[in-house]
Amino acid sequence: MTAELVRGQNHPLPEARLEIRVSAGKPVLAGATLSDAQGKVRGAEWVAHPGAPTLPGLEVSKQAAADHRLAFDLDALPESVHRVDVLLALPTGTGGPVRFGAVAAPFVAVTGLDGSEVASYTITGLDSESAVIALELYRRQDSWKVRAVGQGYAGGLAALLADQGLAEAAQLATGINDAVVQGLSRSVAPPPPRLPEGDRALQTPAPAGSQGASGTVPPQQGAPGAPQHESPYDVTGEASPVAPPAAPGASINYTHPGRAAGAPPPPAPTAPPSDPGQPAQPVAGAATGWSMEERLYNQVWGMFEDLARTVAAYRSAVDFADSRMEQELDKALSDPRSRIGGQGHVAREAAQTKHTELVGQARAALDRDLTQLIAESDVVEPALPAAFARWDNPVWHGYRVPMEIPMALRLGDLHLPESENLRIPMLIRLPLERGLWIDSGRSGHHDELVDQDELRRLAMDVAVAHAARLLAVYPAGEFVVHVIDPAGSAARSLTPLVRSGVLPAPPAVGPAGVADVLTRLTERVDLVQMAVRGGVADALPPGLDTAEQLLIVNDFPHGFDDRAVTRLRYLADEGPSVGVHLMMVADREDAAAYGPLLDPLWRSLLRLSPVPDDHLADPWVGHAWTYEPPRVPRGSQVLDQVLDQVAEARRTWDR
Amino acid sequence: MTVNLTKGQAISLQKNDGGTLTAVRMGLGWQAAPRRGLFGSRTREIDLDASAVLFADKRPVDVVFFQHLVSDDGSVRHTGDNLVGGVGQGGDDEAILVDLARVPVHIDQIVFTVNSFTGQTFQEVQNAFCRLVDESSGQELARYTLAGGGAYTAQIMAKVHRAGAGWTMTALGTPANGRTFQDLMPSIVPHL
Repeated sequence: MTAELVRGQNHPLPEARLEIRVSAGKPVLAGATLSDAQGKVRGAEWVAHPGAPTLPGLEVSKQAAADHRLAFDLDALPESVHRVDVLLALPTGTGGPVRFGAVAAPFVAVTGLDGSEVASYTITGLDSESAVIALELYRRQDSWKVRAVGQGYAGGLAALLADQGLAEAAQLATGINDAVVQGLSRSVAPPPPRLPEGDRALQTPAPAGSQGASGTVPPQQGAPGAPQHESPYDVTGEASPVAPPAAPGASINYTHPGRAAGAPPPPAPTAPPSDPGQPAQPVAGAATGWSMEERLYNQVWGMFEDLARTVAAYRSAVDFADSRMEQELDKALSDPRSRIGGQGHVAREAAQTKHTELVGQARAALDRDLTQLIAESDVVEPALPAAFARWDNPVWHGYRVPMEIPMALRLGDLHLPESENLRIPMLIRLPLERGLWIDSGRSGHHDELVDQDELRRLAMDVAVAHAARLLAVYPAGEFVVHVIDPAGSAARSLTPLVRSGVLPAPPAVGPAGVADVLTRLTERVDLVQMAVRGGVADALPPGLDTAEQLLIVNDFPHGFDDRAVTRLRYLADEGPSVGVHLMMVADREDAAAYGPLLDPLWRSLLRLSPVPDDHLADPWVGHAWTYEPPRVPRGSQVLDQVLDQVAEARRTWDR
Repeated sequence: MTVNLTKGQAISLQKNDGGTLTAVRMGLGWQAAPRRGLFGSRTREIDLDASAVLFADKRPVDVVFFQHLVSDDGSVRHTGDNLVGGVGQGGDDEAILVDLARVPVHIDQIVFTVNSFTGQTFQEVQNAFCRLVDESSGQELARYTLAGGGAYTAQIMAKVHRAGAGWTMTALGTPANGRTFQDLMPSIVPHL
């Protein structure tokens, strides 16, 4: 039973443990303030926000998002807390909307842990406000109640917090916003903004909104220019960038870190003049960029956007044709004259002919664009560098351990039902900005025939292929892979990594192994974080490995105790900013016992599937794209050969 | 050669040499009119917004404006919101690019509108114009001046519609009132 609250209305809460769901259509930040019996917020430590997401008894999201799930355990709140205000605010400085009047009315719902709705409230009537108190939860005698508030503040978060009696409101609001902007910079690699063919610069290259689930992409900060190979030790927006300690024997780099090469880049290859009336012949690298690699990267993103939009045009034309035919058929049916003679029949035929004609035109336009894109793909694919290339690309047979980190990595292929024979490479920026989750569960798969054990094995194979690729595209010794395989169930899949000797230690087995690996990585994160925050990167212990780290976790949560789970969550939150990444190979169902506690963990990872699955959305129109994991050709030795070279280079480098 | 359009006049977008246009730009430029009397130098900022509404058989199916800069199909692109005008010094302050060849087949009319987002009427705007440029050659095809601006806050500028295999532009120049294109829908419908 759901109560739909109106402003000012209250409702009892049956349970102390509950969730508050928010959906706002655009990214908003969510937070909560605690106040005592006198209605006073005792200080900044009584405010939960993206920069400090956890307080005893409640947790909010670390990022701005269109949808939130805030977890509450009212019994766990301090005794002195008598009221919790749930607030929403539009983040500033992200290029998004600045007033709630410009977005859809936010909707909030209080639900039980099983998802059953207790009460909901749609916050209507907002205009120039950019922050709002959505709900308050308050003690009444010995139980809790919820009240719909909907109090907006045109002065934003600072005004809202000041109204709550916080002296340092403005300062806190700024801090919260910084945390959100930092959170945004941790999301998936953004697409390059596309410049129009004219000479005018784009003033607002923000893609329209951010739709979809795990595949959403935020607007790009900054202009396209030299690829920024950030040091894994840079913490966005904090301190000044600190150079990692130079490896012994490495030469000193005198170039300005923020400045691109002085010489202008060589001109992009141009298409030979085409016959009049014919589309230009596609050329690999025909995009903007300072290097061939960057041009190809931009070209791939350009093809991705063109395909998304072309298909959107086709789908909207077909939808329109369908709805128009339906209307005309209805009209023909309801016209009494049509019942006599053949008039009704004629009208129906006319409607169907118009439909066929329009769909035919739409198909022709789509085919024209697809032909062009396929021709482009045919020249681009063979030209791709190893990091962007499929495993069956000959470039892998001439593989050499690189000297530089590439700007991006291919995670697989994307296609739409309309473009079965056109695959767009799915490229994400390096260094990784978030961890990966290879979903071995059946939840997302429609194919009931796939065997659960088979899925788990496939997932682990895919994880190993991703890890091998990461190892291969990094210079020797700059990327390290750790494996936790508590039950030893993935030994077969792990063979390529183990046999070649690229792992620093054999896969960790059993609870003791799990604890050991997690402890070491947690310590590393702590050390590097302290060093960076304190501005003393050179004070790191000499034995510390400065390479980026990837931790593959199989069979989660098998072999994990509560302490290990906490460590893992800590790594997921704090690791990416200091170059420690997770690759979970897991079925979310297996960890269902932990409840919403692990939701933030899953949310922070980019979900990939071991079999083709349509779960990724593009940032422009939000189509559901079918993702296909990278496949090593059957019987091919390429993975082993590449890993052998990586291991060999590592041995030479270590000496 | 530029055609100075008058209200209701239509020009075909077929090129003189028989080829058809592939890309056009609808440019909008304006400056705030200086106020008379005391503090006359204090021109208030005026935010005009250009929008394009895409129609299929008289039904709006997509719109390009400052919050949705690219139509879903990618054929119509807004170059970004200009909040004050006058920066182009006679050039375009806001522009909408239309790739005519890629407009979805069911879209048969595109209507361009101008709104005063800050609420000033066109009496307070000077040198406002809207022009259509052949994006491939940079040649101006048509210009429409918002001369003698009256006490209204919006104008339905022009429409580009399919005619045979090509496109035709018709200058509309109908005054209306409204803050964004949504407010203008009732005024647009009679022109379809």
